[in-house]
Amino acid sequence: MTPIGLQHYLVVSVLLFCLGLLGVIVRRNLLVIYMSLELMLNAVNLALAAFSRFNNDLDGQVIVFFIITVAASEVAVGLALIVALYRRRQTTHVEDLAALKL
Amino acid sequence: MNLPLPWLVLLLPLMAAVVITLFLLRNPRFSALLSVGAVLVSFLLSAVLMGEYFYGSAPEIAVRWLQVGRLRVDFGLCLDPLSLLMLLIVTGVGAAIHIYSVEHVRGDPGYTRFFACMSLFTFSMLGVVVSNNFIQLFVFWELVGLCSYLLIGFWFQRPAAADAAKKAFLTNRLGDFGFLTGIILVWALSGTVSFAGLKQQLAINPELFDTMATVVGLLIFCGAVGKSAQFPLHVWLPDAMEGPTPVSAFIHAATMVAAGVYLLCRVFFIFTVTGSGALHVVSWIGGLTALLAALIALQQDDIKRILAYSTISQLGYMVMAVGFGAPPAAMFHLTTHAFFKALLFLGAGAVIHAMSHEQNIWMMGRLRDKIPLTYRTFLVGTLALCGVWPLSGFYSKDAILAAAWHNSKTLFAIGELVAFLTTFYMFRLVFVVFFGQPKSPLGQHPQKSRLIAYPLVVLAVASVLGGFIGITQFIAPLFPAVTESAPVFAPFEPFKAAPTAAWLGLAAFAAGLAAAFLCYARAESDPLPAKLPGLSRLLRGKFYFDEFYAEVIALGQDAPAAVLNGFDSGIKLLVRLVHGTVELSGRLLRLAQTGGLQVYTLLLAAGVALVLYLMLTH
Repeated sequence: MTPIGLQHYLVVSVLLFCLGLLGVIVRRNLLVIYMSLELMLNAVNLALAAFSRFNNDLDGQVIVFFIITVAASEVAVGLALIVALYRRRQTTHVEDLAALKL
Repeated sequence: MNLPLPWLVLLLPLMAAVVITLFLLRNPRFSALLSVGAVLVSFLLSAVLMGEYFYGSAPEIAVRWLQVGRLRVDFGLCLDPLSLLMLLIVTGVGAAIHIYSVEHVRGDPGYTRFFACMSLFTFSMLGVVVSNNFIQLFVFWELVGLCSYLLIGFWFQRPAAADAAKKAFLTNRLGDFGFLTGIILVWALSGTVSFAGLKQQLAINPELFDTMATVVGLLIFCGAVGKSAQFPLHVWLPDAMEGPTPVSAFIHAATMVAAGVYLLCRVFFIFTVTGSGALHVVSWIGGLTALLAALIALQQDDIKRILAYSTISQLGYMVMAVGFGAPPAAMFHLTTHAFFKALLFLGAGAVIHAMSHEQNIWMMGRLRDKIPLTYRTFLVGTLALCGVWPLSGFYSKDAILAAAWHNSKTLFAIGELVAFLTTFYMFRLVFVVFFGQPKSPLGQHPQKSRLIAYPLVVLAVASVLGGFIGITQFIAPLFPAVTESAPVFAPFEPFKAAPTAAWLGLAAFAAGLAAAFLCYARAESDPLPAKLPGLSRLLRGKFYFDEFYAEVIALGQDAPAAVLNGFDSGIKLLVRLVHGTVELSGRLLRLAQTGGLQVYTLLLAAGVALVLYLMLTH
């Protein structure tokens, strides 16, 4: 068994990021898209934490904490927006929310 | 010395105009009162100033107005005999006309506006008169033009009036362009714009203008040509008759159109510098204008237009006199002309009023019995205009003809011919309007009002006595080159000084009267078109100046306009091209704007991937 190194963490991080991106692109429900977004953020967190650990530099972890905090508030705002949107449109499906075109 | 007095003369009418415009627009009675009061007080103060002059008051008051680099402009009041005389004419004749207007314009919805404009005009005209430098003069000069525009277009609802106002303004602008160029040239050559300063410099160095002497003179003359309606810019004055009759009397007969002549007299020293040939041109333009306008007047049917052409013709006389180097004669004629032409216009206004706004003389007739006072005063005005001894017109016209006799025999002949024509067309007017048979019923209101009668009588008296008050002698000291000391009251002097001119002038009157009597004493309609069809058509067409100018403008303006339009289309095409490209690419790019969030995300991710790929591989 080779010891678990930086590369392993990064591979997992990339996989998670791509899964998240895939979710954002293909899923139809806003809530699920939202969850996928969070997944992408956490993939980045993982990569940052790994870099921090292997480079003996605490900056990465500091940024991770920042991201977690910002993500938390972002969730609060985002969920509130989704609820408001649902109340207005009676739907959370992205196909129905195509107002962003000429 | 009483300092505020001259300022008061100038500013009272302005105050009247401002107060009327700001507070009294809905109060006809007070606005008329204020306007008339202002001009009357100005007149009295002018008379006081005149008195002070004889006790030796300051000839000039000035305050610094502005200084830009080398250009220093004062705001000054020049109070020499020339401007004092003009002050009295403007305020005196103006007062009579203001009083007349109170009744004449009554009932018009624009009554207060009329008086505001009249007061503003009086102010501007006084400003022209008292200016002591070119810049100030030019400012007031333009103000006068503006007031003329406002008052010609007083009935702006009528397209004819609006057009006439525009025409007057634009034609004047043409002359003023030359005038302004002349002023700039004077300043460039001498470094001063003040009359006194310039005169001083020219006295020290008569060669100051060098080769430009004639050019300077002619450019300044341009302003006078425009304002005094001289050939070739005379076309605006007849059309200006679209304004109310008091306006025609005040602005387009007595004062404003005389401003050109006044200007020539004011800056006469420019024309006499060494090597200037401008005076020659001036005299010929004046003579030609006098002849041209008198000819056209022969075949006009509108009572006001006849008088308008007569005004142009008389202005031609004055300009001609300046050209002969006789400004006193020009100013003399200006003064007497202001009296009798204002009188004639006011009389015409009374006739038109009595005929319910009919202006065609062939619709009138036998008005002698219906409006006797108007008839009598009108006749006095006519006789004065025709130069009958001993009315004022005789002396002033004789002064000009005598100057012509000494200078150019050709122009003297033209002058005598014009005198003949003047009598002919004026008595054509008198015979047709006041004699003969009535052709249409009299209107509602025959003249009864005293406000109309008094100005007529006052002006008639002035027209009779204007020749005896020594106007030439009063101004002559300003023009040392042409002093001819003559006694002040001398009814027979002209017959001794220049017998040819005097007797020929009277002969021209007699011939004109006889001709008019033969043709028009019993005429029901004009016999001339039948007898001389070609000439009559030419005269009725006013020598086709308007049509000619229209053609010239069409050629001179439409051709460059077409070229510019072609250029414009080229630019338009270019703009279209740019716009088309942008629009097309926009339309293409719009296809990507589906509005689907996830498509955008995909594209974003793809873009990031692409950038990453490019950055990592290179």
